[in-house]
Amino acid sequence: MTVKELCEKCGFTAVTLPESDREVRGCYIGDLLSWVMGRAEADEAWITIMSNINIVAVASLTDVACIILAEGVTLEDDVKNTAETKGINILMSGKAAYETALTISEFV
Amino acid sequence: MSESLTFHYNVDGEDFTSAGQASVQVKKNLRRLGIPPEIIRQVSIAMYEGEINMVIHAGGGDADVIVSEDKIEIILADHGPGIADIDLAMQEGYSTAPDSVRSLGFGAGMGLPNMKRYTDEMTIDSTVGVGTTIRMVVKLQ
Repeated sequence: MTVKELCEKCGFTAVTLPESDREVRGCYIGDLLSWVMGRAEADEAWITIMSNINIVAVASLTDVACIILAEGVTLEDDVKNTAETKGINILMSGKAAYETALTISEFV
Repeated sequence: MSESLTFHYNVDGEDFTSAGQASVQVKKNLRRLGIPPEIIRQVSIAMYEGEINMVIHAGGGDADVIVSEDKIEIILADHGPGIADIDLAMQEGYSTAPDSVRSLGFGAGMGLPNMKRYTDEMTIDSTVGVGTTIRMVVKLQ
């Protein structure tokens, strides 16, 4: 399923969708960035509550399909702009990380 | 590719928010060279961890990425405080990063272990009070 379809099916909010047709294969939850870089696989949806600018670099380097911000976390404009220019998809879920993962497990 | 190609970057130690720019640029350059995606992932993650370490601990440094026919070499050199106990620093979960860095999601003590995990060879040359040079190699099949 693509990131755009996942966003619609799960009722998430699209924060940035520069590469909306990327396929999502799996999911990883984590807030410690080095841990995410050590464990997350390419094409996964990465669920986190971290919102600082470094999440954009981590998403780019691990090649995840999208970041999903849990708990209704919002982003500063500079983070949003950087994600747009770097081609990083970011969605926002109002639910906690566990419930967010349960929701996407129906489709991924 | 018969000759090696070198990319050089200065890692700015003052600007934590821009850390990762060199790694993202390396990723782009390797993609243009047609390097396989999994190799690019290994090289760019290992380099990002090194870049973050230089920003957190050493006030920046220099990064060189050398692409040759059979391998990609990453050399990270800084003039920071050096690593007193390398075996301890290599342990997962050991970190000397300050709380300000931890609140950003770094400082989990996974940086050096990740660099080792994603590369085929890694050597650390460090002298307390002088600096640290890390050399990593990712082999191209």
